Amino acid sequence: MFFPISGVHIDPLVLGILGLVIGILGGFFGVGGSFLSGPSLFSLGMPYNFVVGTDLIHIVGKSIVAARQHRMLGNIDLKLAAVMVIGTLVGSETGVDAIEGLKRFGEVNLVVGLTAIVMFTGTSVFGAWESWQSWRALKKSGPADADGNEKKDVLAFDRIAKLFQSLPLPPRIELRQSGVARISIWSIVLVSYIGGFFSGFLGGGAGYIRMPAMVYLLGIPTHIAVGTDLFEIIISAGYGAIRHAMNGNVDILVALVMHTGAAVGAQLGARLTQYFSGPWIRLAFAPLPLLGAIMVAVALFTHHH
Amino acid sequence: MKEPVQKLLRYVGIELAVYAVLAIAYFYFVLRFLGSWLAGLFHEHRTYYVVAAVLIMVGQAIGLERLLTALSYLVRRGKK
Repeated sequence: MFFPISGVHIDPLVLGILGLVIGILGGFFGVGGSFLSGPSLFSLGMPYNFVVGTDLIHIVGKSIVAARQHRMLGNIDLKLAAVMVIGTLVGSETGVDAIEGLKRFGEVNLVVGLTAIVMFTGTSVFGAWESWQSWRALKKSGPADADGNEKKDVLAFDRIAKLFQSLPLPPRIELRQSGVARISIWSIVLVSYIGGFFSGFLGGGAGYIRMPAMVYLLGIPTHIAVGTDLFEIIISAGYGAIRHAMNGNVDILVALVMHTGAAVGAQLGARLTQYFSGPWIRLAFAPLPLLGAIMVAVALFTHHH
Repeated sequence: MKEPVQKLLRYVGIELAVYAVLAIAYFYFVLRFLGSWLAGLFHEHRTYYVVAAVLIMVGQAIGLERLLTALSYLVRRGKK
């Protein structure tokens, strides 16, 4: 079928199925799935400027659905999300500026590609190792806590999160929903700024960085981190989508078709989080950024980039 | 409340089947009736295109979510 805005021929069924798979990933892991949707749209023949913009607006639609599901499950910390939005937007602008700077040196593909490979691989390796350690600790302590809750969260790097939470920089706030008694706003802004930077620099929502950072550095329970990250992505990806749409980089028809699949996938993914403990969700998430790293490496070293 | 995995998969299967029919009808509607209008806006009135794109995406997200929730409720009620 011909899409007149981006001028590409794509089977809408393929777009729907792609959206479904990405929706499941988003609902379950709290990530936008841009490391999968971007390369897929590119391989379907869409120009790269449309890939970035279209993916962003599709992420907004998908995250609305998934975030509403997580809200019903009580997985969104609105106070945390409100603080994170500030850091994300500023970080995103810095990332975009860095891209513009690299464009002037003509090395944007190489630098961004190598950064993506390092970041994705590092996130995967660290995530797999940490969640494996956490899972072993969980196994030692028994399958359920005193309340019979099998979803209890264990962190192998609990001490790092505690250190981050104890930073004495004012103002310090309480995150009741996340079970954090006191934490400096600056710790939250720093984490969201880093996420925002990589969102602007590498594209997509950068949930693959922000979600683990919320868990490991801020000490947010995994289920709350997933839900809050999705909510925050609505704001940050929405901002990016509007900027790209103004520059003519958004094919809303492709995004709408993809989103129909993603809407169903997101509901399914969010419901699936009920059946897995935090370490298992993080362990299952671990290979996904590595998949993105492999795709980027293949594109970087085998194509004409 | 947590439901058994087999039950969840059965419900999801039914929901997906109903969804496939709705999605095909929706593809036809969006691509056939909105396609040329949105393409026209994209080329001639970029600001209106941006506003329309965001509103349609948010509207579709909320509308589909409500539809799927209602569908899920009906499937579960029908099974009881």
